Amino acid sequence: MTDERENGDDVTTPLLEIRGLSVSYRTRRGTVPALRGVDLDVWPGQVTAVVGESGSGKSTTAHAVTRLLAANGAIDAGTVRFGRHDLVTLSEAELRTVRGAQIGLVPQDPTVSLNPVKRIGDQVAEVLRIHGLATRRSAATEAAAVLDRAGLPDAAVRARQYPHELSGGMRQRALIAIAIAAQPQLIIADEPTSALDVTVQRVILDHLQHLTEESGTAILLVTHDLGVAADRAQRLVVMSQGKVVEAGETRAILDDPRHEYTRRLLAGAPSLTAARPRASVSAAQADAPPLIEARNLVKEFRLPRAGGETRTLRAVDDVSLTLRRGQTLALVGESGSGKSTTARLVLRLADTTSGRVLFDGTDVTTAKGAQARQLRRRAQLVYQNPYASLDPRFSIGEVITEPLRAFKVGDRASRLARARDLLDRVALPASTLERRPAELSGGQRQRVAIARALALSPDVVVCDEPVSALDVSVQAQVIDLLAELQADTGVAYLFISHDLAVVRRLAHQVAVMRAGRIVEMGPPEDLFTEARHAYTRELIAAIPGGRHPSPAAADRPPAQRA
Amino acid sequence: MRRYVVKRVAQAVGVLWAAYTVSFLVLDYLPGDPVTAMAGAGMDSGQVDPAQLAALRHEYGFDKPVLVQYTEYLGRAVRGDFGDTVSTGRPVTSVLIDALPQTLLLTGAALLLAVLLGGGLAVVATYTSQRWLRQLLLSQPPLGVSVPTFWVGLLLVEAFSFRLHWFPAFGNDGLRGLVLPALTLAVPTGAQIAQVLAKSLLTALDQAYTETARAKGAGRWRVHLRHALRNASLPALTVVGLLVGQLIAGSVVVETVFSRDGLGRVTAAAVTAQDIPLVQGVVVFGALIFVATNLVVDLLYPLLDPRIVVASDRRASFA
Repeated sequence: MTDERENGDDVTTPLLEIRGLSVSYRTRRGTVPALRGVDLDVWPGQVTAVVGESGSGKSTTAHAVTRLLAANGAIDAGTVRFGRHDLVTLSEAELRTVRGAQIGLVPQDPTVSLNPVKRIGDQVAEVLRIHGLATRRSAATEAAAVLDRAGLPDAAVRARQYPHELSGGMRQRALIAIAIAAQPQLIIADEPTSALDVTVQRVILDHLQHLTEESGTAILLVTHDLGVAADRAQRLVVMSQGKVVEAGETRAILDDPRHEYTRRLLAGAPSLTAARPRASVSAAQADAPPLIEARNLVKEFRLPRAGGETRTLRAVDDVSLTLRRGQTLALVGESGSGKSTTARLVLRLADTTSGRVLFDGTDVTTAKGAQARQLRRRAQLVYQNPYASLDPRFSIGEVITEPLRAFKVGDRASRLARARDLLDRVALPASTLERRPAELSGGQRQRVAIARALALSPDVVVCDEPVSALDVSVQAQVIDLLAELQADTGVAYLFISHDLAVVRRLAHQVAVMRAGRIVEMGPPEDLFTEARHAYTRELIAAIPGGRHPSPAAADRPPAQRA
Repeated sequence: MRRYVVKRVAQAVGVLWAAYTVSFLVLDYLPGDPVTAMAGAGMDSGQVDPAQLAALRHEYGFDKPVLVQYTEYLGRAVRGDFGDTVSTGRPVTSVLIDALPQTLLLTGAALLLAVLLGGGLAVVATYTSQRWLRQLLLSQPPLGVSVPTFWVGLLLVEAFSFRLHWFPAFGNDGLRGLVLPALTLAVPTGAQIAQVLAKSLLTALDQAYTETARAKGAGRWRVHLRHALRNASLPALTVVGLLVGQLIAGSVVVETVFSRDGLGRVTAAAVTAQDIPLVQGVVVFGALIFVATNLVVDLLYPLLDPRIVVASDRRASFA
């Protein structure tokens, strides 16, 4: 399908050549095919990105290359030619000489991918020791050198530390060090940054790109984020339901997607569709009455004592904000910036150290008992992870009516009627009532969570990263749903997100937080066009999809793509 | 670190006090007193002069109000004096100290066997790629937990002493005499260790870091032992700490079955004779061993898992 373009390249043979690869997983319900005849090439020195939604088989493809499938996964057919070998038919012992030495892997989640009880340096040194690239003596020094190359500051010190003593970004650098230690020809990066903050994401990807460009290493980059793929990859492979639906040069696919699925994926990517209007978001009314007013909020946490003196961490530092009725105020910032803590203070889920919170004109800063309960009724929450926030033993009907039962609203029949009505509002069929959370997809679950939050007709719903655990195309649907519900019911949202691209489509006001302070506040269109604070500009620049790799970047002004 | 140990020792003292107090109250509540039991054992006719009994009770202090008895005994117990045994008149403390080495030897050997057998079973069962072998091995621990200790003991004696004549059936003679009782005691203990370790090994092998290790080119054995086992050993270690209590309790049965001298036999005899001072001494002694072992286990955690910080202030809040 893309042969003509490949022949145009000056590289003669692909480094990795996957042909007709089929993989299936054995489950209790029978054999489930995950890959059906996948063809894929990775050329020397190039970045090839595999994009698709979860369940599309992109991650399975990446793992099948070195046969690191889960225990119940099996390769049914196909070849994986790497150099002179077919990795599918190689013996386990031969394969071990390829893994780590010729093909490195950068795993998805740096917080769980390092052995928690081993020192960072030892974990890097292990690769060198396994492949006989260092002696017992030299391994430690060489490991520190590799960590340094991976961009870990104070590498020699870090090498002696344990994973939990490092931040997520630093751990990912350690994992990159493990992947590059033996100077492999190919690095497989499976969603290498999706667990990291956007600004860290960019630095890590930049560094990985820089390293591989230097050494001519090829990368197979698996990502759900089209923006990331557009920025980094020369070649793009789009996967859906275990098949490759489109493959070719990145620019060609982005400018002229042939397959309908690719078009949908492109339309859903928030970072690539910044120009898209905030469809049904109601116009900002500056004169809408304030619902929540926070004045000079401060929250301090006590830190573990060190050397006798008590230290405190100021998680929220002099934060003032106003949320008006029927509007959306977004709190944006990296993890640790205090945005979630601020929301918890406003909802009285945590005690303020100082400052005041007014809810509908009433001071609720120290609300307790009945008053706090009333506040709960008027302010509801939608959590980040819909897989964890719904009780797996409840039916969906029970999940949605639980707030009604808790506040003894109506009788059984009227509560069920309300649940049916709410399901209808979030565009789920009434039959969903009888089902269990496990039977629903992530997007459906989040719709249920939204229905539950709306059950008591609250004045405000706090959405804590409501879409960051969802696939891009589903993200767009959920955001549209939230906007629609706001237009219908006049509910206000306090919207917490690390993703400026998402916020842009929904918020009337955006407050950018950093280190517990609001550094900038304003309507999103102002922030995007004339951000005053350097940190806001950094956040905007970090949104993936802002640039293209290679010369093509020049013909598009970055501001428009941001 | 030092503050932590001091705090833990203080907690241990609290546990010992609670053990003493609860055993005192329970024993006080039970009908009958040791003087009656003693008199009943000493006289064949069953006719005892009530005045003599009263005199005896007065001598031992059983006629005083409960609270006075409690404070007096507690005061002495703190100094290591649990009074004299009612049945023989020897000091309780010296009876216990005489019995201790045999029991420590038995429980120590049993614990070693339990860790080796249980741990070995768990490692092999989770390592093997033979389904039948894994199923076979993993079905052993539930069996080991559920069969009664005395029955295992009798079975082992029948097989290895009476039929094969490999080991003596009873007595305290040397290492050969230790094998069967230690094995008997190790069966339920090892089974529980195997259950916990196998479960946590499977969990560890499912973690992302084992995939990282495999991606490095590490072989299965290396992944299993160097990466998974150390992470999996923590829950097993916790269980070992708790099982020490079970071992001491188990020694009562095992020492009786194998006619070995030791703390278990002393306990059984003391309970039969309603020898209250001795029973109390046994309870506090058992609690002491249990508390000490668990302190050692807690101090071992940070060596195995660097994430566990031994700190006196655990109320650290997270931002």
